[in-house]
Amino acid sequence: MNKIKCALIGPGNIGTDLLYKLQRSAVLEPVWMVGIDPTSEGLARARALGLKTTDEGVDGLLPHVEADGIRIAFDSTSAYVHAENSRKLVALGVLMIDLTPAAIGPYCIPPVNLGQQLGSGVGNVNMVTCGGQATIPMVAAVSRVQAVDYGEIIATVSSKSVGPGTRKNIDEFTRTTARAVEQVGGAKRGKAIIIINPAEPPLVMRDTIHCLTVDEPDQKAIIESVLSMVAEVQQYVPGYRLKNGPVFDGRRVSIFMEVEGLGDYLPKYGGNLDIMTAAAARTGEVFAQEMLAGQLKAAAVNLTEALA
Amino acid sequence: MSLQGRQIKVHDMSLRDGMHPKRHQISIEQMKTIATALDEAGVPLIEVTHGDGLGGNSVNYGFAAATDEQYLRAVVPLMKKAKVSALLIPGIGTVDELRMARDCGIGCIRVATHCTEADVSEQYIALGRKMGLDTVGFLMMSHMADANKIVEQALLMESYGANCIYTTDSAGYMLPEDVTARVAALRDALKPETEIGFHGHHNLAMGVANSIAAVAAGASRIDTACGGMGAGAGNTPMEVFIAVCERMGIKTGVDLFKVMDVAEDLVTPIMDFPVRIDRNSLTLGYAGAYSSFLLFAKRAQAKYGVPARDILMEMGRRKTVGGQEDMIEDVALDLQRARAQTA
Repeated sequence: MNKIKCALIGPGNIGTDLLYKLQRSAVLEPVWMVGIDPTSEGLARARALGLKTTDEGVDGLLPHVEADGIRIAFDSTSAYVHAENSRKLVALGVLMIDLTPAAIGPYCIPPVNLGQQLGSGVGNVNMVTCGGQATIPMVAAVSRVQAVDYGEIIATVSSKSVGPGTRKNIDEFTRTTARAVEQVGGAKRGKAIIIINPAEPPLVMRDTIHCLTVDEPDQKAIIESVLSMVAEVQQYVPGYRLKNGPVFDGRRVSIFMEVEGLGDYLPKYGGNLDIMTAAAARTGEVFAQEMLAGQLKAAAVNLTEALA
Repeated sequence: MSLQGRQIKVHDMSLRDGMHPKRHQISIEQMKTIATALDEAGVPLIEVTHGDGLGGNSVNYGFAAATDEQYLRAVVPLMKKAKVSALLIPGIGTVDELRMARDCGIGCIRVATHCTEADVSEQYIALGRKMGLDTVGFLMMSHMADANKIVEQALLMESYGANCIYTTDSAGYMLPEDVTARVAALRDALKPETEIGFHGHHNLAMGVANSIAAVAAGASRIDTACGGMGAGAGNTPMEVFIAVCERMGIKTGVDLFKVMDVAEDLVTPIMDFPVRIDRNSLTLGYAGAYSSFLLFAKRAQAKYGVPARDILMEMGRRKTVGGQEDMIEDVALDLQRARAQTA
């Protein structure tokens, strides 16, 4: 079957884990890995897996975009370089899936609003944050039942799974997640709290979601909605588990989650990293399916025209 | 060793750490009255915010009676000599809130991280320093890391611009020898002009002894709460600590009888329950659990019928850190289920 060719920018832990996932995809074919350091282990690993690589950053990729038919690029570098990467690739018609906190494009939480991005002609989508990917589906599961006045999420992650980039920019992490709880989760006001725990062995990512509904919560409908949303996320993150709850206390609805990763390249406890790469891969696949369908349609149109 | 003539600064916690036993419901009027009396008594530093610092208002930690901005705008202008500080825990508070607090006229920002995670403090410490604030790095749950690790993390905070580093006994678990080891190592490693502080909790009744050990090892800032009003069994009680300092010749600049009166006449009367060592607050110190878990564990006991002591022991076993209040309901549900299975 025909696959959509894609490039990965940033051969770090996230990029490598994402590469493993894309190699299993039925609709995506990873072709390029882009780095900036010729001695990078990630680039060597990608080469060994059969990818073309460049250590000249996105500029090293640009001359090959057309010839190699690259349609989608995943950027897991940093917010600082993402803007330039995106500008250059979007100009060539490549769809950017942004795993950095740059948030140039609309926020994308696959089971909540990926459908809205399709066919919108958007050139760049942003994957929010790991805390956002893990919790916003639950906020949305409540807000699609009834109005949520306030949504609060607490993401607790193991110290080992939080890289230097997130640590240096923890303020952006906190604020971006809170904004996305509002914009995508559907809460009128959003709040995000992140806690880093150094316990050994490292703890599996856990998340608490509190929603304050405007009216008395419809318990039955919320439980149903939460369970079906959990099942949707499990399609791309099998280790996404409802641990306790929903607990109802007045207008408060509390949900306790645990997120275990697949352990592709990153360790299983790093569910926070896995849910980012899995959500990005999922997003890429859905866009790829749309592109493939478009190609079929285009081919059909050409055929009809030829016959006419 | 004689501490005669040693000069230190005490930092009052009753209006910030004291927010925990008050479920963050201290009124603006009470804040104004107590802060004014502490200023009058010569207390040089007074902390005012939600118990969990700027941005602490949440379902997770509780919503305060007023916003941080309302508290700060009410208290700061009344201070004749005292400097008002705010606490900020990265991951909870944000730079927007730090800017707001600066606009309200705080003189000191204290940036608190778990004792092994100092690198998340860089954005806030750098900004605090740039704003010209007295900028403090605050290493919470210091009992969970040895002196070498504390030094490594303190050096990071110092490199970001902190002019004072605290070793913080958030669980009230440390014994005087633990304090001595950490403070002495910090004094050796940090620049001579960088101050060292100690923040204690009284869960094992070590608040005063630990604070004196810290001074002896080179600390020059000590957190104390007037009337002892703080999380768990409270912080080091200010009036007791000042009396001991007087006896030892340590100079604090605080009027002993005046703070005794503030404790007795203003702070104690507003307590919802006696802040003291009981089986639950003692368990915090014994298990090494974050002191502000206390009320949450008691509430979970009332709701799920699992003893607060069992919950707190489990929180200690799971090596939870500051801010993980959300684990308490989760743990209570786990324990309740385990009990149902064995019943």
